[in-house]
Amino acid sequence: MAVKIVREKCTGCGLCYESCPNDAIDFDENDIPLIGENCTLCGICIDQCHEGALNLEKETKSVKMNVADYKNVWICVEQHEKTIAKVVFELLGIGRILASKLNGELAAVLLGDEIKDLATKLFHYGADKVYLIDDANLKEYRTIPYTDALEYLVNKYKPEIILFGATKQGRDLAPRLATRLKTGLTADCTGLDIEEGNLVQTRPAYGGNIIATIKTLNSRPQMASVRPKVFQIPEIDAARKGQLVQEKLELHETDKWTRVIEVVREAKKTANLEDAQIIVSGGRGLGKPENFKLIEQFANCLNACVGASRVVVDAGWIPHYHQVGQTGKTVQPKLYIACGISGAIQHLIGMKSSDFIIAINKDPDAPIFKVADIGIVGDLFEIIPEIIKKLSSL
Amino acid sequence: MKIIVCIKQVPESTEAKLDPKTFTIDRSSSKGIINPFDVNAVEEAVRIAEKLENVETIALSMGPPSAEDTLKEALTYGLDAAYLLSDKAFAGADTLATSYTIAKAIDKIGNYDLILCGKQAIDGDTAQVGPGIAENLNLAQATNVQKIDFVDDKTLKVASELEDGYKIIEIKLPAVLTVTKEINIPRIPSFKTARLALKKVIVKWTAQDLENIDKSKIGMDGSPTSVIKVETPKIQKSTIFLKGTPSQIAQDFVQKLKERYLI
Repeated sequence: MAVKIVREKCTGCGLCYESCPNDAIDFDENDIPLIGENCTLCGICIDQCHEGALNLEKETKSVKMNVADYKNVWICVEQHEKTIAKVVFELLGIGRILASKLNGELAAVLLGDEIKDLATKLFHYGADKVYLIDDANLKEYRTIPYTDALEYLVNKYKPEIILFGATKQGRDLAPRLATRLKTGLTADCTGLDIEEGNLVQTRPAYGGNIIATIKTLNSRPQMASVRPKVFQIPEIDAARKGQLVQEKLELHETDKWTRVIEVVREAKKTANLEDAQIIVSGGRGLGKPENFKLIEQFANCLNACVGASRVVVDAGWIPHYHQVGQTGKTVQPKLYIACGISGAIQHLIGMKSSDFIIAINKDPDAPIFKVADIGIVGDLFEIIPEIIKKLSSL
Repeated sequence: MKIIVCIKQVPESTEAKLDPKTFTIDRSSSKGIINPFDVNAVEEAVRIAEKLENVETIALSMGPPSAEDTLKEALTYGLDAAYLLSDKAFAGADTLATSYTIAKAIDKIGNYDLILCGKQAIDGDTAQVGPGIAENLNLAQATNVQKIDFVDDKTLKVASELEDGYKIIEIKLPAVLTVTKEINIPRIPSFKTARLALKKVIVKWTAQDLENIDKSKIGMDGSPTSVIKVETPKIQKSTIFLKGTPSQIAQDFVQKLKERYLI
């Protein structure tokens, strides 16, 4: 396997060279690119080439399993102390859409201790079936017992697709299970669809600079973790019923490695960014960490939460839980005000779905203005104090 | 005690290097760096080695030949040895094939007690290789670890980050932990450790060097997922610009918020 160059098509424009994240491309004396040994076959250059002069030469893989044996869409339920995590309802929403396209059923897998009652709610939100394992060993989430339980259910019922919330728990469990099942898993998906019977998964990578489309063609189940707050929660139908399938599994051997001593749910040390109605965010344009005080003041006037870009979090100006963006939080407030943030795609991906966006930046070419409803080109140290003054006098 | 730290070379800074007009990545000043979360894993290994007796620390990376520079940099923090897995046969590996290959190398290094990884790499952002290694080696795992305490030489107590807090887990060694930025503040390597690092030889292994490796499980062949398409996202809105003196701008700003009932 290698990236191949069609010499007749290459115009020597250099886009592939510029796009390569691994510095693997060089040129020969005729300005035709040479793919060096640093190539990781990531495929970014292939997309960048306008001429179709690059392609990935693939060998056809042998089909390792009969994919047709696998049917239906599953979602994995995350619950904490018998409360279902919000992302689960979002999974039921997108899961229903995928199941309809495949003419299959939508099932939820519910693991825990004395959690049978939660099944009703899952039916109300669209599950046709709930597979339940109710076991004291599953009371708290632990990687191995949960993996064992899911492995057992998957091998018995053979689902075509399994979706997890891309939460801390989901992203601990899904890769362990996918590795055990030797199947494909795509992390933190922001788009899901069906194409020719396969799950089409889209997700940002390289800090959100690219969006990759990924398929698991020859292995089943097709597994994905799904970013919270991307898909809609379906309407509740309190009359809806479904089938409960209760299973038992001997889990006695599985608690030998880990023991949960304590779970600490911290009182919100900052208001939760994900639930905020208004967010005021600061970036590198603030110049130094002390200037975040200005953002805090601004936020206070609007009863808003404080957000931040990755650069300033990486620089240690403000703790990570303030970070908005692809590796921080995805937010969707009614109003998002970006102050001194240039707007790297990694940031834009986390806030572009906000209802109304205002950007303040001294660089008129800053990418942040491409997503802004209102743009203010100017010095934030002059403008923000004026706004604070006006807001305080209301 | 033997600690193996898994390291990935990633493109430097995934931020602020976009052409604002075309949104393409400007790679003109790019070079590979250690994945930032892996630096915290390296630092943690070095701290454990400073605190306990007879600790051996090893860096392990899979990647193109240029990843050797990243391993050299990791050694400057004071690790004892480094291994690079590099082979055309490994290219195009997804997280399943990558974890399998790295696990085979860890097996070959042998006698390990603790495997440390960064919580995710900033290029792919999958967070899947750590748990994948743990499954391949049939070990306990804890992800998003922000604190490690030793209970005894075979047991750890770790704090693992949650969305709204953390949980304390007791975990038996050997185990795989993935660590967050909160776990420590990495040191600036000293001249002494940097000089010592220069003298160390990085061991290079190809697929041939890994015993009992199943060739159908590595590289692109061993990867159940395929990247079908890669696109640069395009975002564009019609923006209204507020102009005038700061005071006028502030006035208009307040007016706009009022119009939308935001204040």
